[in-house]
Amino acid sequence: MVEAVWLIPAFPLAGFVLLMLMGPKLGEPRAGWIATLAMGGSFVSSVVVYLGLLGEDAHDRQYVQTLFEWVPAGDFSVDVGFLVDPLSVTMTLFITGVGALIHLYSIGYMHGDPKFSKFFLYLNLFAFSMLMLVLGDNMLLTFLGWEGVGACSYFLISFWFTDEANASAGKKAFVTNRIGDWGFMVAMFLTFTTIGSIQYTDIFASASGLSTSTATAITLLLLVGAAGKSAQIPLFVWLPDAMAGPTPVSALIHAATMVTSGVYLLTRMNGVIDVSAAWAPTTIAWVGAATALFAATIAVAQNDIKKVLAYSTVSQLGYMFLAIGTGAYVAAIFHMITHAFFKALLFLGSGSVIHGMDDDQDMRHYGALRKLMPITSITFIIGWLAIAGVPPFAGFWSKDEILAFAWEDNVALWAVGFITAILTAFYMSRQVFMTFFGRYRFADVRPEELEELTAAKIQAAEDAVTEAEAGIGGAEEAVVKATEKFEKAQEKLVTRQTELAEVDQADEKAVEKANKNLEKATDGVEKARVAAEEATAAVESARDAVRAAQAQVANVAAASMGSSSIEFDLFNAPALGDMSVEDLPEAARARREYHPHESPWQMTLPLVILAGAAMVAGVMNLPFTSDLHFLDHWLEPTLVHPAHLTSSASVKWMLAIVAVAGGLAGIAAAVAVYLQGRYPASKIERPILARGWRYDESISNFMGGPGRKGFDFVAWFDATFVDGAVNGVGRIVRDGGGQLRRLQSGLVRSYAAMVAIGAIALLVWFLSRANF
Amino acid sequence: MSSLLLATEATDSVAASFPVLSALVILPVLGALLLLVLPKSRPEHFKQVAFLVSGATAGLAVWVLTDFQTGSADFQLVDTHSWIESLGISWTLGVDGISLWLVVLTGLIFPMAIIAMDAEHDPKAYFAWLLVLEAGCMGVFLALDLFAFFVFFEIVLIPMYFLIGKWGHGERAYAATKFFIYTMFGSALMLVGILSLAFLNEAETGVLTFNLVELAESQAIATTTARWIFLSFALAFAVKVPLFPFHTWLPDAHTNAPTAGSVILAAVMLKLGTYGFLRFGVYLFPEAAVWFAPALVTLGTIGIIYGAIAATMQRDLKRLVAYSSVAHLGFIVIGTFSLNTEGIEGGILQMVNHGLSTGALFLLVGWIYDRRHTREISELGGLQKPAPIFAGVFMVVMLSSVGLPGLNGFVGEFLTLLGAFAAHRWWAVVAATGVIIAALYLLWAYQRVFHGPAEGDNATMQDLTFREGLIMAPFLVGIVFMGVYPKPVIERMEPAVDALIAHVEFHVEDFEEPTADIIAPVEGDHGGDGEGEEEGDH
Repeated sequence: MVEAVWLIPAFPLAGFVLLMLMGPKLGEPRAGWIATLAMGGSFVSSVVVYLGLLGEDAHDRQYVQTLFEWVPAGDFSVDVGFLVDPLSVTMTLFITGVGALIHLYSIGYMHGDPKFSKFFLYLNLFAFSMLMLVLGDNMLLTFLGWEGVGACSYFLISFWFTDEANASAGKKAFVTNRIGDWGFMVAMFLTFTTIGSIQYTDIFASASGLSTSTATAITLLLLVGAAGKSAQIPLFVWLPDAMAGPTPVSALIHAATMVTSGVYLLTRMNGVIDVSAAWAPTTIAWVGAATALFAATIAVAQNDIKKVLAYSTVSQLGYMFLAIGTGAYVAAIFHMITHAFFKALLFLGSGSVIHGMDDDQDMRHYGALRKLMPITSITFIIGWLAIAGVPPFAGFWSKDEILAFAWEDNVALWAVGFITAILTAFYMSRQVFMTFFGRYRFADVRPEELEELTAAKIQAAEDAVTEAEAGIGGAEEAVVKATEKFEKAQEKLVTRQTELAEVDQADEKAVEKANKNLEKATDGVEKARVAAEEATAAVESARDAVRAAQAQVANVAAASMGSSSIEFDLFNAPALGDMSVEDLPEAARARREYHPHESPWQMTLPLVILAGAAMVAGVMNLPFTSDLHFLDHWLEPTLVHPAHLTSSASVKWMLAIVAVAGGLAGIAAAVAVYLQGRYPASKIERPILARGWRYDESISNFMGGPGRKGFDFVAWFDATFVDGAVNGVGRIVRDGGGQLRRLQSGLVRSYAAMVAIGAIALLVWFLSRANF
Repeated sequence: MSSLLLATEATDSVAASFPVLSALVILPVLGALLLLVLPKSRPEHFKQVAFLVSGATAGLAVWVLTDFQTGSADFQLVDTHSWIESLGISWTLGVDGISLWLVVLTGLIFPMAIIAMDAEHDPKAYFAWLLVLEAGCMGVFLALDLFAFFVFFEIVLIPMYFLIGKWGHGERAYAATKFFIYTMFGSALMLVGILSLAFLNEAETGVLTFNLVELAESQAIATTTARWIFLSFALAFAVKVPLFPFHTWLPDAHTNAPTAGSVILAAVMLKLGTYGFLRFGVYLFPEAAVWFAPALVTLGTIGIIYGAIAATMQRDLKRLVAYSSVAHLGFIVIGTFSLNTEGIEGGILQMVNHGLSTGALFLLVGWIYDRRHTREISELGGLQKPAPIFAGVFMVVMLSSVGLPGLNGFVGEFLTLLGAFAAHRWWAVVAATGVIIAALYLLWAYQRVFHGPAEGDNATMQDLTFREGLIMAPFLVGIVFMGVYPKPVIERMEPAVDALIAHVEFHVEDFEEPTADIIAPVEGDHGGDGEGEEEGDH
């Protein structure tokens, strides 16, 4: 049965080829179903191989299947071959199992995407690469899978490539991973040049002969590689950005499978780590512990539902490294599996929420969704309890085991792990409460919208002031004109009076006319006077209008004093003040009409299955009696020195109780802050945490600043000096061409000339000997 | 490459009756002559004839490949005729595992470069020069006589000079002149070296010969002299490779050459230098090669990092690819001068791989230029939207250039680094960082050209046409095949490579192939198919 191992990667490879050849023709949803079936076939094959291996005696559980020679060069020779042993089969089981579920989920999630079939093409290629990574019987084949999953991760993060941010995130992931790959590659060189083979069976057999320094060097180089792929300090920066990819990708690649490759690699090479200097595994443990704590503090202040899970993943991977550093390989693999279940569940759940919430990822906009998305919320809550370390859910057992090993290794490591556990319970509770509990906030008008509205109002009031001021100007002009008219009218009146006095009194007609004129002029004066008075009044009223408008501005400004500091309030809806709903921006009104919905069955079925797994996966390795350590016994043959806890039962019970108490304390704190509002969230969600301790920014600033300048310098140096020297020589030679008598000046020129003369002399001698 | 004399090495191959290697050189020349006599009235015929002739040459190259006997280290299909007997100069062509793949590559690349692009003007001369170029390149890879080698090495310059100068873009006259003078300067030194070698050898042995094998086997000249002569060869090859700091002719030549010229330049002509290092450097001057190896590995490592950094900052897409060649060729040099099987085989593989991936990249960039009339990265953007297939093909070729396992570039890069690690550990560790920067500059370029929103003319760029797809198909097949199953390629070169290393070990005292410093393997009870090394410490 184990001979069927080649089928495991063959299924997704066939799916990939099929989709490449006819993906667009198959279209939606058939392309998705084919990819899902391929994964299903792969899962069934894995189960068959597992059963086959289970049928063997514990010490015969190793089978190598060689397909063909891949790179045979001199002493160096590697095959395309598979190593079937408990470790690789364990990996394939959860990779194909979780993978198949996520493929199914994606059929619902990617519905309507114009690149539907391409998505599944990449997904199948990813699964193939991941399986080559874990099944490869040598480091080079693992490296093929290693870089293959990296490339697929790059394709899928930048899947929606028209957005620059997605494209950048994909590139960042690949390049950061390549830094780790450098370590992996050099580790391979060192392994080959000392052991003479990079086949795992040879390494396992020969590692004990390595010198301490060589083993230490290999271990640290592998750590560099593992830190890249598994997002540990200092190379974790790509993983939060990787959330730019579609959510099923985050679940499959950036939570359940690819990011655990580093843990797998270190476990696979445990024979080498075993003979390295003691400080090498200690370094691994501290890198893991530091990453776990660091990422957990950042997760506390994230508002993007996927960013919380991303930092949580970094943190949980830190636990696995902590386990490896303390020699607890089985605990690391145990946690890897339970984490694959509950983190895939949480990511898929978040995808379901995002899907139902009109692609909004901000948890501040959620609230009370448990009534609207019952399946998603119940399964998510199960995932939450699992990661928070609440017994009997899966995460409790695996995390507890890691903490117990840490305790025996170094109390400080345990303390860091314990604090991280409290933080984990806290930030995950925060996520659950903000998303599924509390007040429904989606229809709220949002602070940024209120700010916008207020800004618009202030603008309007200020416009009114400007207009009113323009009114004053007009009115004042009118006053001036009216006054001029009045003066003219008076002048006319005087003229008319003079005319009347001068007119011949005997000429009645003339007198009458003059009188009439005089009357008219008097009327004119009267009218002009009234007009002037009116104009003056208009000026006054315009002044009043300006004053009123200015008062309005002051009012609005005063009103907005509060709004500029509006914060998301989880408990009270923001007040609209004197605004009516019709005043709101269109988006806000549309949200009032929007009805969040539960996702289709293709999405909820995987959630239910994963939730079941997250509940019971702990039975794989129960701590109570040796008979229940199934995973321990199963993986034992793949480890040179299987570690066992040595503490007494009472100490173990104490540790477990303390761990549970810590988890419950974290949950209780989150209840106080996010359910009951007894303590303001802003005191916890510090900006420095929200910005990830400015780690990523610092790196970006360095790369964009001094890093880029350095690169620019090389390009400038090349153009100016290296090429400049060439052109300079060229110019000298050209200038010197016609002036052979100045031969002796300039070293380069004379050198060139000497060469030319020498060549000619030789040629002449040589031709003189020719005998045609 | 045993000490057997070539003339007595009659192969039992049927091909011995037909001088296929000479035909590889002569056929393109005949094709060029045919073009010259064709009437100018039917310009479309020029391209067709050139394609047919180069296609026939490709057929001959494949014939050589099928006739080639795997497992033999000797020169095969040797074709020798007396030429200038009194000077010991002969027309001797032969192929072994080292040159075989370069001959095949040259044979296959030319028809594709010819069919991919039309001449912008004067097609008669354009295609005639391309065929002369093909003859010259074939000659360089096949010649087993130093004089003939030199003649071919020089002949190659002339067609490329005209191709850049007459059919190029931008500052083509400057680029062509720079290219010509630069490489000419190197060859002048090499000519001095060749003549000195022949005459000094005559002084020691009494036999005047330019025969490569005879000169390599006699090793008669004094150590110091040999080092000086090696240096004269090395300079010529370093310019050709190009090795830092002799590389600056390359970006100008590449950028300004017509697309077919860039393809040939990258795929074939740069290999004249790396091939020369192996065939005429290491083989003729084993002691000097060992002596200079650290210096050359150093320059190669600098080239890897320096070329990659310079590539990152380029604004012109073609120039970026040109600088990436400087980095890629650095890998070949460090592999070659690791002087072990892995390194040298990796180097030869990398020569072929670079030909495939960089050749394909130049074609793709050329097609972008045809469509958009610009190569400025900043003026491109979002091309994946209107041209998804184009983008997909570009992606595969790019990843091959990045060295993604499963594609061809990785195998060569890995083996060169592995070889270098065994020989010059720290240089390999530094050189390996080149793979990080390679990812940076290529992915960044891809992002700026293909990702993001497509605006203006970019939004309507035409996707890959069927004809272009047909031209790309062989490249893609080669890229995947060599990545997944390089064994047929490696196993054909291995005997010759091993013989070369044995030759160096034989002639250089205290030199042993730098290989793994292997701990005594522990006999495990684990299964596996017994691939473990049984070699002891040394």
